[in-house]
This record gives sequence, C-alpha cells and structure tokens, in this order.
Amino acid sequence: MLDYVTSYLRSNTTPGQAGNLLWAFIYIILIFLGLSVAVIAMNWLERKILAHMQVRLGPMRVGPHGLLQPIADAIKLLIKEDIMPAEADKSVFWIAPVLIVITAFTTFIVVPFGPTHAVTDMNIGVLFMLGVSSLSVLGVVMAGWASNSHYPLIGALRSSAQMVSYEIAMGLAVVAAVLMTSLHGNGLYGVAHGAVGDGTLSMIDIVKAQQDQHAWFIFKFFPLGLIAFFIFAVAMIAETNRAPFDLPEAESELTAGFHTEYSGFRWSLFFLAEYSAMIAVSAIAVTLWLGGWLRPFPTWLTGETWDLVFSLFPAATFLLLALIAIVGTLRMPKHPYFRVQTLGLAGFAAVLALIGILLLLPPVRDRIQDIYWFSLKVAGFMYLYIWYRGTFPRYRFDQLMRVGWKVLLPVGLGVLILTAIVGVLL
Amino acid sequence: MTPVATPFFFYLLSGLALLGGILVITRKNAVHSALALILTLLALAGLYLMLYAPFVAGVQIILYAGGIMVLFLFVIMLVSIEKSQREDQFNKQWIGGLVGAVALGALFVRVFVRSKALHDLTGMPMAQLPEQSNTQEIAVYLYGNYMLAFEIASLLLLVAIIGAVVMAKKRI
Repeated sequence: MLDYVTSYLRSNTTPGQAGNLLWAFIYIILIFLGLSVAVIAMNWLERKILAHMQVRLGPMRVGPHGLLQPIADAIKLLIKEDIMPAEADKSVFWIAPVLIVITAFTTFIVVPFGPTHAVTDMNIGVLFMLGVSSLSVLGVVMAGWASNSHYPLIGALRSSAQMVSYEIAMGLAVVAAVLMTSLHGNGLYGVAHGAVGDGTLSMIDIVKAQQDQHAWFIFKFFPLGLIAFFIFAVAMIAETNRAPFDLPEAESELTAGFHTEYSGFRWSLFFLAEYSAMIAVSAIAVTLWLGGWLRPFPTWLTGETWDLVFSLFPAATFLLLALIAIVGTLRMPKHPYFRVQTLGLAGFAAVLALIGILLLLPPVRDRIQDIYWFSLKVAGFMYLYIWYRGTFPRYRFDQLMRVGWKVLLPVGLGVLILTAIVGVLL
Repeated sequence: MTPVATPFFFYLLSGLALLGGILVITRKNAVHSALALILTLLALAGLYLMLYAPFVAGVQIILYAGGIMVLFLFVIMLVSIEKSQREDQFNKQWIGGLVGAVALGALFVRVFVRSKALHDLTGMPMAQLPEQSNTQEIAVYLYGNYMLAFEIASLLLLVAIIGAVVMAKKRI
C-alpha cells in the first residue's frame, strides 16, 4: 500500500504514465483548487487593473482594497434566484453551462506544469487540448439557442462563426510550432543537433524539444517563430471571446450576448468557464512558444550560483507581495472605523510572508521551481488579456472576419511553408 | 501500465453511441437530433482511444464534434422549429430500411464469425499499433507509403472547396 503511494515519487514521470491513480487524483484536485483560486484572483485583479487604467479606484469597500469582493460576489451569485425563461428549451438550457465548464476543465489534464507535474502526458497532447477546447463553442451555441430569445441567438451565431474561423489560423500556428520540434536546424539561435528528428504532439515532449534545441520556439527561425506566436496570440483572444473580439457578448449591442438569459449559479458557471479557458489557451501558448516550465536562460546562465539565484525567485515573489501588503497596511487610514480592515490586511501580509519563507526551504524550492515559472508565464498572458480589454476598442463583425480569413490565415500558411523550407535547408 | 481497454468501457461507449444514434432519428426537434449526433461522435472518439488510435480520436473530436457539427447547428438554429415540428418526419419506406439494416447486420455478423474462426485457426496475434508513436506511424503511412493517394484526396477536397465558392458567389 505504502509502496503504491510512493511509487510515483520515484518514477520520475507523470502520474498518468506511472499508472498511479491515487496521485493522478491528487493532481486533479490540486489543479481544480488552483484554477478556482486563480479565477477568483483574476476576478479581483481584472477589476482593479482596469480601474487603475481608467484612473478609478475599483472595488474598495468589501475588505481592505476590495480583497474580499470576489468572495462577496460568489456568495451573491449562489443565493440569487435562478431564473429559467418559460419559453426556454429546458434540457438544453440546463446542459449548456455544464458542458462548457467540463470542456474548460478537461483540457488541464495534459497541461505540463513541470516535467513530472501533469496529470498525464498524451501522445496527442496539443491535439487533445485544441479538440476539447473547440467543444466549448457547442456550449455557447446551445446556451444561445436554448434561451429562445433574440440577443442570445445572435450572440451564439456570432460566436460559432468567430470560433470556427479563428480555429483554422490557430491550428496553422500550432502546426508551425509542432514542425519545429522535429527540425534541429540552426535558425538564428538554435543549436544544430544533427539530422531531422521525430516530431511530437505531446506537451511535455514539446518543452523538452525546446530544452534540447536550446531555443524557445518564439525565437526559433527568427522571425518565423515570432510570427506564428503572434497569430496564435491573436487567435486565442478570439477563441475565448475576450475584448477586443468579444462580439458574442458585446454589451452595447446584445446586452450580454449568449448568456443574457442566465442568472445566478448558471451564470457563474459561464464566468468560471471563460476564465479557465483563458488560462488553458495561455498554457498552450506558453508550452509551444515560451518554453513551458523552463526558467529564463537555462543554458546560458548555468552553474550553481545562477541555479541558486533562479531558485530564489518564487520566494522573492511572495515576499515582494507581502511587502506591498505591509506598505498598504501602513498607509491605511488611522480612523477606528478602518481597524478591522487594517488588521485583515496585516494578516494577509503575514500569510504571504509565511508562504514566501516556506518556499525558501531547499526541498520545497527545488520541487516548486518549474510550477512557478510556468504559472508566471501564464500570469503574464492573463495580464495581457486585461490590458487588451482596457486598451483596444471592439472590432466590428466584418472587420473581425476579415482579420481572421484575409490576414491571419494567409500569413499562417506562409509561416508554415517557410518553416518547413527553412527547417529542411538549414 | 495497466490497459484501460476493459469490456466495461467498451459496452459503456457503444451503448452511448447507440443511444445517441437512436435519439438522432426519434427526436422531432432538429437541434436535439444534432446534439444526440454529437454524443454519438464523442462516444466513437472514445472507442478509437480504446483501439489505441489516439490520433484518430483527436481528429474525430476536432473535425466532427468541434467543426462540422457546429456548422450543422449554425444552419439548424436558423430554421423555424415550430414549422418543422408540424411536418411528418417519416416517409413510408420502412420496409426497404428494414431489409437494408438486416442485410448490413448479417454482413457484420458474418465478418465477425469468419475472422474469429480464421484467428482461432492460424493463431495469429492481433495487429497492435504502438500507442506512444501512433501519430508518427500515421504520418509515415500518409506522407510515405500512400503519398499519391493522400495528395489526390486533398486535391479532390480543394476542387470541392473551389466549387462551393463558385456556386455560392455570383461575382468573384
């Protein structure tokens, strides 16, 4: 029994491949919890960052600096009346949010947080992620149709057209990156390892290929990798229905688009699915182009000193956050009315500092490093999502289609062909 | 690693596929039929996974469930449901359908019995593709051994695409 529990720890592979159901289950629970926390944090951060971009304060009332606002919102949504329109198609209306949440969470089975930190490693990893996330459009279409109302139907139609068109550009960019796994050519920064090797679709092997070739694929065959990455970065915003491509839920035209008729808990499922889908596509982008769990400069800045410096980053991040929280505590108004809030923020700072100190311990430090770098890169993408929303005006629908079909698709095809040619020649 | 291809999963997935297939032809609402068809396609993807063909399963999900069925729904959603529900759904050709179904079923049973007998006779092991390199094996076959056939098929698809554009647009 004990042997079964510890067998995964010694196997040096993912729980799925080691055939250890218990650890696979533990990883699933951890990812589920981590995602939920990330969605809550994103909820708060998005409002705060958007507010600061527009020179507002954002949520300030519930908890210090509005830190408890997402929790208050979650409670509000859970106890809200759950309305189902009388003319709605009951069963489809019920299934749609469930389907969309299932697809958003299922993709995380193959996300590699580290060489051993993934639920399982599939031979068709990227294909699986793209396939399952492409099923989410079904949930959107079902929700829009089942509501039996005009705005949701228009939102669903827009969404299906948009997601199907951008999937093609997205697929071409992914194929260009997968092609690079088999090409050991020099490019500009890559290191020649010999002949053309076997390509792979497995998420973990794609990162390992970047490690072997000493180049993140965004820099490989410069500027081809960069262009492919750019195509994916644009397509993934359209795929997740986010601003500036959020036409399926354009507030000014369609009230709330495909989920206009949803309220309470069902609406919060859509919210959860949207943010997990954003994290999932960011994870694909990080894995394919930004070296997944690899730390910056893994071959250039080597040696014990640099290893130590980079392994201190996770702890430093949490200690920095704790410092910001402490500064916030000191700057709280001294009025007795704010006493509870000041104490709460001080407690939050203490928790962050405690996590930071825990991450300083050598065994924790070594195990947590790859998860940290992966999460940091994904967090960068999350910030970009908020930034786009705060900066770009919404596209018109014909402009959106023109960008997808007449710009991204031809450029994607060109990059794919050029990658193949360059890879064989160099 | 223990295999996941247990009889339980086989019966579960085939049961789901059959259930979806029956629902497709019995639902009066066209959207419900399309959703049931998606259930069938996903169950088939699961069956491909059990046959150690993950690539085919992935393509099945992306192309059929994620692509083609979305276009189906796209069109069906624009059709007035009330009108189509009042129309008579079955034409009166059930005798022909029954004969066809029985003939096809008999063929399947015959193939199964015959191949099982052959297998028992020769004792040949079942062909097994390695799961870990399934995608690479398919690539070798498609772009190596059967290159010409593959290219001809893709040319055919290209002709169909151009044809669709020419038919749909009056002025190009």
